[in-house]
Amino acid sequence: MLMLPGDASNQEIEELREQLGFNDPLYVQYARFAIKAVQGDFGESLYYHVPVMELIIERLPASLELAVSAMIFALVLAIPLGILSAVKRGSMVDMGSMFGALLGISMPHFWLGIMMMLLFSIHLGWLPTSGRGTFAHLIMPAISLGLSLMAMFARLTRSVMLEVLSLDYIRTARAKGLKEQVIIYKHALRNALIPLVTVAGMQFGFLIGGTVIIETVFAWPGLGRLVIQAIFGRDYPLVQGIVFVFSVIFVGTNLLVDILYVYLDPQISYHEEK
Amino acid sequence: MKSKALKSKVMDDMFENFLSQIQRVIEVLKDILKRPSAMVGGILLLLILITSVLFPLVFHVDPLDQNLLARFSPPVWQEGGTWKHLFGTDNLGRDILSRLLYGGRVSLLVGFSAVLLASVVGIFLGLVSGYYGGKTDHFIMRIADVFMAYPFMLLTISVIAVLGPSIFNLILVLGISDWVTYARTIRGSVLSIKTKEYVEAARSIGTPHIIIILRHVLPNVISPLIVLATLRVGNIIIWESGLSYLGMGTPPPMPTWGRMLSEGRVYITDAWWLVTIPGLAIMLTILSINLLGDGLRDALDPRLKNL
Repeated sequence: MLMLPGDASNQEIEELREQLGFNDPLYVQYARFAIKAVQGDFGESLYYHVPVMELIIERLPASLELAVSAMIFALVLAIPLGILSAVKRGSMVDMGSMFGALLGISMPHFWLGIMMMLLFSIHLGWLPTSGRGTFAHLIMPAISLGLSLMAMFARLTRSVMLEVLSLDYIRTARAKGLKEQVIIYKHALRNALIPLVTVAGMQFGFLIGGTVIIETVFAWPGLGRLVIQAIFGRDYPLVQGIVFVFSVIFVGTNLLVDILYVYLDPQISYHEEK
Repeated sequence: MKSKALKSKVMDDMFENFLSQIQRVIEVLKDILKRPSAMVGGILLLLILITSVLFPLVFHVDPLDQNLLARFSPPVWQEGGTWKHLFGTDNLGRDILSRLLYGGRVSLLVGFSAVLLASVVGIFLGLVSGYYGGKTDHFIMRIADVFMAYPFMLLTISVIAVLGPSIFNLILVLGISDWVTYARTIRGSVLSIKTKEYVEAARSIGTPHIIIILRHVLPNVISPLIVLATLRVGNIIIWESGLSYLGMGTPPPMPTWGRMLSEGRVYITDAWWLVTIPGLAIMLTILSINLLGDGLRDALDPRLKNL
């Protein structure tokens, strides 16, 4: 991209450099960026000529919609599947779902997206290939983004449940004559949820990275696709802004996970013992 | 004189150590052979390695050779396919099989080298951090936090965007951004190992730190790292294909699995094999690595079930 005509004079180039602040030392440039960034001002996009923040606010909901749907899809299916596998350890259900999970983590998620597109959009014509709008548009991007996570969570749930179910307090609960369902869902699952929540929080970063490719595959109008366009178009203020927002979301999610622990496990406390 | 004796003692020790390590490796291999899924994974991976490394040397078909008369030739089992192009041809009439094999070389090279780089950096920093503790530990772990706070994919994309796409940059970026997982894993194990009596004993007789780290600490913390590294190769290959898909992998026209997918995506309505076959290749490779990794984990460290 050219910001000045190809035959611009040295003086014009110098003026633009001065105007964009490229002549200042790096730390001055960084301080200027940081001071403005914390106020939500990332400057103006070099390509769109509108404030970066405006573009981000316009595109952020689409990305969040995609990431959150993928996460919900993954968790809602993975937890029951993992529990079922753990409870029926060694059965056909267990072996089948664990092999499925292994396939799931072995597949590039964007390839899964393309394959679904081939089957459901082109051959069967059930779902739209790209774009955003209705629920039908969301199905394929969310599944392809969430499937490998689902596979991972299912494996994790299974192994944690197996561990928890072998503990003494579960045996005690059984000895008391509690119903197996109560033991599994009330006693075991609650303890199994802690590692699951940790991993889910950490994997939110993966989801954000994943949206970059999935949004490109499905032409989903979110931040991920925008950042790729910005990188290729050398639109640095836009890249900086989006990366900043992604990082804030990522750190924010991890903070949320730390807070959630306290509710899930009363043994964890962030207050010093008095 | 004294230092010479010490030196030869250390050398003897290391040799003995080496022998016992070899014995352990043989034990582990025996254990793996008992697990059918790990065996299948290992054999599959070996086959993929051999075919992508050796086949192009034996049956040379140029993956860049264009033949516009033979565009979109389907795979051999479909009507119109020929044995000349087993998996068909792409939009420029290039042989898919040949591109697949050459692309596999890139993916495997990047996957293994990046993991090697990441694990060497990670193991070193993790050992130092855990063993020395204090300010060193604090410093290294805060850098790790910075890396953790930044989405991995974005980091690699932004760095590649600045450095420009090449195999070397790809390995560098993927390797450097992935060290944190190794460092944190190894640091945790080192923290518990270093309080053990035998480490204290070694220190009390004046064994140098470097010997303690290499001889007493490292062998005891390495198993989970081997498992982790194996499983990470798969992840790195997926990331590499993703970057290639976005056009940030290796510079064109070098064939890679990710680029084949992104080029094939355009012709998805006309030629299903362009997007299906490279994806299957990626999936089979990752599957074999994961099967092997799971087997290794069960053999080396049964406690690590939930990695």
